[in-house]
Amino acid sequence: MLAQLLASTLRVSTPLIFAALGGMFSERAGVVNIALEGMMLLGAFGAAVGTLVTHSPWLGSACGMGAGILLAALYGLFAIRLRANQIVAGTAINMLALGLTPFLCKILYDVTGSTPPIPIDQRFRTAPLYLSWVLVLVCWVWMKRTPSGLWISFAGEHPEALNAAGIRVNRVRWLAVLISGALAGMGGASLSIFLSSSFSRNMTAGRGFMALAALIFGKWKPVPTAIACLLFGFAEAVQIRLQGVSLLGSKPIPVQFIQILPYLVTILVLAGFVGHSRAPKAAGTPFQRE
Amino acid sequence: MRKLLQPILAVALGLALGLAVTWIAGESPWHVLKILEKGAFGSGYDFGMTLFYTTPLIFTGLSVAVAFHAGLFNIGAEGQLTVGALAAAVVGAVWSGLSAPLAPVVAVLAALLAGTIWGAIPGWLRARRGSHEVINTIMLNFIAAGLTSYVALYLLKNPDSQNPETRPIGPGYLIHQFGIFGGAPVSAALPLAILAAALVWVLLWRTSLGFEIRAVGQSEPAARAAGIDAGRIRIIAMCLAGGLAGLVGVGEVLGNAGKFKVGFSPEFGFIGIAVALLGRNQPAGILAAALLFGALHKGTADLDFETEHVTRELSLILQALVILSVSADGLWSWMKERRRPVIPETAGGVTC
Repeated sequence: MLAQLLASTLRVSTPLIFAALGGMFSERAGVVNIALEGMMLLGAFGAAVGTLVTHSPWLGSACGMGAGILLAALYGLFAIRLRANQIVAGTAINMLALGLTPFLCKILYDVTGSTPPIPIDQRFRTAPLYLSWVLVLVCWVWMKRTPSGLWISFAGEHPEALNAAGIRVNRVRWLAVLISGALAGMGGASLSIFLSSSFSRNMTAGRGFMALAALIFGKWKPVPTAIACLLFGFAEAVQIRLQGVSLLGSKPIPVQFIQILPYLVTILVLAGFVGHSRAPKAAGTPFQRE
Repeated sequence: MRKLLQPILAVALGLALGLAVTWIAGESPWHVLKILEKGAFGSGYDFGMTLFYTTPLIFTGLSVAVAFHAGLFNIGAEGQLTVGALAAAVVGAVWSGLSAPLAPVVAVLAALLAGTIWGAIPGWLRARRGSHEVINTIMLNFIAAGLTSYVALYLLKNPDSQNPETRPIGPGYLIHQFGIFGGAPVSAALPLAILAAALVWVLLWRTSLGFEIRAVGQSEPAARAAGIDAGRIRIIAMCLAGGLAGLVGVGEVLGNAGKFKVGFSPEFGFIGIAVALLGRNQPAGILAAALLFGALHKGTADLDFETEHVTRELSLILQALVILSVSADGLWSWMKERRRPVIPETAGGVTC
């Protein structure tokens, strides 16, 4: 039972890890990414459609990443180029994805809300799970050891300094936002063609926000963030396991309390009651060269 | 003039883009527009339903706006309205013997109080612990959803229904529905919302508390220098914002359903952000914007069976596009820049 629980923890953490690492790039570069949820959702949709068309989960997940990048480009246009408020633009992007996906389902498959089921031999079995942990390592090396990782951190902490060093801040931010779209799209893909068998309406159900919470919990660093995703994934796995199970008598266990735990913990962490977590200094402020 | 023109242009741009989407879907945009118009204003009942959706949007729009004037982003109206509605339903179900006029007053106060508490939490966390209200309110939305569904499923479950909802409230709690809308549940909550808008205007622009709220929102250091306790003001502003959102429960529970239904709100809290933004955080503007979004919400409801390819989700797409076009501060200055002749040396990288 414990082994099963751990295996299911690893599985349900996968989309969170992809999305949270995506969020890390954009937030470390100084662009708050509430839109993660929408990018994930469109990614899940794109991956399902892509797999149905190409019959290959790999090409399908490429489509999912493409869909995420597309939405990220729209977000970048407003948040970076047009200097819209990042929270407002992010909220709008989420709404857009929530509305666009059933709308497109209707056009493509003439059913509201979900795509047709994807045959099991065309879905991923375990690949995204391993891929996500490889990605954690890649991100760790990237942020720590490469110049572009340093640029991303500077774009979020001291954009003026980066600008003075001759690097275009908004280019770095664009790159970071597009990467975050690709990874959030991959997170969505691992929902629709790895964990389940089709796309369904609002299938992310707040996982983008949960990834954001994990990012805060992990202090915007790759390895701690991935561990936070595992914790949240564990909560989700326990909750799935306990659904409908009765303990000592007739009353089923209220899973709601396990459900809200990750959110509660995030608030406590952010408030400094449990450790301390500080956002990149320039996160949320548009950069404009003098 | 520009103040009025910009939101109108933004709405026009958003609607035009949204209708262009329907054209791609293979429907005539004109046809879709006519369905929207007929769905929202076609009959007394349709208009009543539009007003029914407008009411919660006025509350959430005001909620976001009050917080915004204090320099805070209230993404949490969704959670605040959920706990507000639940509180009204719990009071009504537990003390079901209470009769009018006392009963609805008690329930309204319960909704107000619950929303206020749910707003106070992120306000306090921001003011005293320095943690950002955006993340906290998002987290509190999920916590509110979890807790309220726990209450509706376990503590106060409606024994006569398979749906996740609470026991019905006592008959003394139901508030008056206006008869002229052909049975649409337009209740006393609508005048209450308009009254709230008027009170918010008086508060923000005619009282010293309102001045302090706006001062903190405009410049915290300046407000501090003037001796204003910015933390205290922020907590108060978030309490007000929460209370306003909590009042959404009045129209839903006392004026319509007679109970708390899990998931009754089609993201009124998030649409409230759009309402406040479009209404430029002014009460009068919020009333107008709430009516527009209420009409969009009602109008698109008929799309599912009136057209072949367009679904009611178009309302979300339209709303998103309107928010985006209003939010793009740079869009307007960029359009102005474009009209000026471009100077070659700076053309490559003015803002890149």
